Amino acid sequence: MSARPAGERIPMSVPLQRPAAPEPPAASPSSVPPARAGAFWRLTLRRLAAQPTTRVAAALLAMIVIGCLVIPWLSPYDYYTPHFDLLSRGPMLAGAHLFGTDPLGRDLLVRVMWGCRISLAVGVAASLVSVLIGVAWGAIAGYVGGWLDSTMMRAVDVLYSVPFVPFVIVLTVLFGRSLWLLFVAIGAVSWLDIARIVRGQTLSLKQREFIEAARVAGVRGVDMISRHIVPNLLGIVAVYATLTIPAVILFEALLSFLGLGVQSPMASLGSLVADGASDMQAHPHLLIVPAALLSLIIYCFNYLGDGLRDALDPRSR
Amino acid sequence: MLRYTLRRLIIAVPTLLLIATLAFALLHAAPGGPFDSDKRMLPAIQRAIEARYHLDEPLWRQYVRYLGELSRGDLGPSFQYRDTSVNQIIAQGLPVDATVGLAALALALLVGGTVGVSAALWHGTRWDHAPMALAAVGISVPVFVVAPLLILVFAVALHWLPPGDWVAGSPSHLVLPVVALALPYIGYVARLMRGSTLEVLASPFIRSARAKGLPSRLILWRHALRPALTPLVSYLGPAIAGLVTGSIVVESVFGLPGIGRFFITAALNRDYTLLVGITVLYGAFIILCNLLADLCYAWIDPRVRLR
Repeated sequence: MSARPAGERIPMSVPLQRPAAPEPPAASPSSVPPARAGAFWRLTLRRLAAQPTTRVAAALLAMIVIGCLVIPWLSPYDYYTPHFDLLSRGPMLAGAHLFGTDPLGRDLLVRVMWGCRISLAVGVAASLVSVLIGVAWGAIAGYVGGWLDSTMMRAVDVLYSVPFVPFVIVLTVLFGRSLWLLFVAIGAVSWLDIARIVRGQTLSLKQREFIEAARVAGVRGVDMISRHIVPNLLGIVAVYATLTIPAVILFEALLSFLGLGVQSPMASLGSLVADGASDMQAHPHLLIVPAALLSLIIYCFNYLGDGLRDALDPRSR
Repeated sequence: MLRYTLRRLIIAVPTLLLIATLAFALLHAAPGGPFDSDKRMLPAIQRAIEARYHLDEPLWRQYVRYLGELSRGDLGPSFQYRDTSVNQIIAQGLPVDATVGLAALALALLVGGTVGVSAALWHGTRWDHAPMALAAVGISVPVFVVAPLLILVFAVALHWLPPGDWVAGSPSHLVLPVVALALPYIGYVARLMRGSTLEVLASPFIRSARAKGLPSRLILWRHALRPALTPLVSYLGPAIAGLVTGSIVVESVFGLPGIGRFFITAALNRDYTLLVGITVLYGAFIILCNLLADLCYAWIDPRVRLR
């Protein structure tokens, strides 16, 4: 069993290695029967929008997402063609290089926006993988119970101690550096928290009357889990998915920073920070722009996740 | 307590075995052998080298041999640095990691703890909101962003501190790496301490102490602080694990000759044995830290043992 007791509140954002098992908020969307799920989400959304910090965070994220989709498409520059007449210029309006150019004369704005695309894509895709694995694992363990539960959760305990950053680095070294490996490797290692939380919630859901009613009505196994358990877990899953995304983005950025992630001329925010750091004395803008953007993305996701958790927490109602 | 300790140990052993097995599997699944080079080798020489490293034996014998050596703490020879064992390389880097890691941990606990408790005491005022917003920044800004920025400000622009490198016994070379490594943990610890202090301060036994007329300072130091510290203890295991990852980054940014730097060099050199050896070491270290944290927790809070 885990020695991390209920009641502790671990700030759950952005660990490179995982923190202690995060405790789910006492919130449980299970207090709302499935029929009223729409109302439940509307209510949560309204409570989320009532907090100014999450409004700001959501607006900033929306701007970044739109920017990274639109700007590389609108800009006359691309991320890979060198321009030797414009090496390492600072930010300027002439020629529309708003953030300046890098040591090969490539437009930094376009490169940074491509970096955001990569980072966000890796973040969302890998989080999706981890949510799918985590929810399935936790719901099955919690619902079936017995020896299967203890075996599956013991496996999670064991995996918690594996040093994942080094292991993923070893994987990328041994099997080459591809974006797909990055998705799978990161997604496969970040589902542990979600599995634990989902299992805990499933255990308490199992005791409730509507599950009993469903069982009396003849619902069994997979149907029970997919139709009655999982829909009632989605609130808490949404919170941890929102908090997994920045952790994954950081993980990818770390790998790219170390030169083990995406390869030149493609850029991710991590590799742009690394490039900027190597040239920061002469051209600090090369470091500051991607570093600020990366931090901003992480900060916004963390605030959004915390806000979502507060919105779902009945204690704060 | 003994039963609990045994139970934790029983989990720790298969974990270690899993890591060792994964490491062995990775070493052998790697495309290309360690001695594949551009130069063609005479078959006799190749056979001699394979015999030297026992690569000619069946896989299961190699696995048993590997586990045997591992259990004696022998991580084998490095494939890139000839005539050097992985153990020697680790021994060379360890003092650097220990110094930087312990200093960062101490800094995180001291600063983070103080900030967290004071934020809880000033709950709801600007002395709560401002430090917590800063803590969120500390958590959000990754080590590999903080580290170059610190160099840019304090070494390049202000010339207050050296930008990197390792000079044994020189504290000024330690400041920037330690601060860079500690910053996110200062944030975590502050948030954790704030939450747990608030929770403890709201509990009935504190209310009784207040009703009894004890002065606030006495309540804080004698009654509230100890239970508030318990979540911190269970956070220490994962925190130390995070410091390990952080040290990889900090060492490569500041050019410290620690284990993390060797790890990255090994990754770029494709030095498989060194790479996997360090990973196994990290794994063992993290298991040990988690074990110690769990045991401390159970020792402080007896309810945990019974679950």
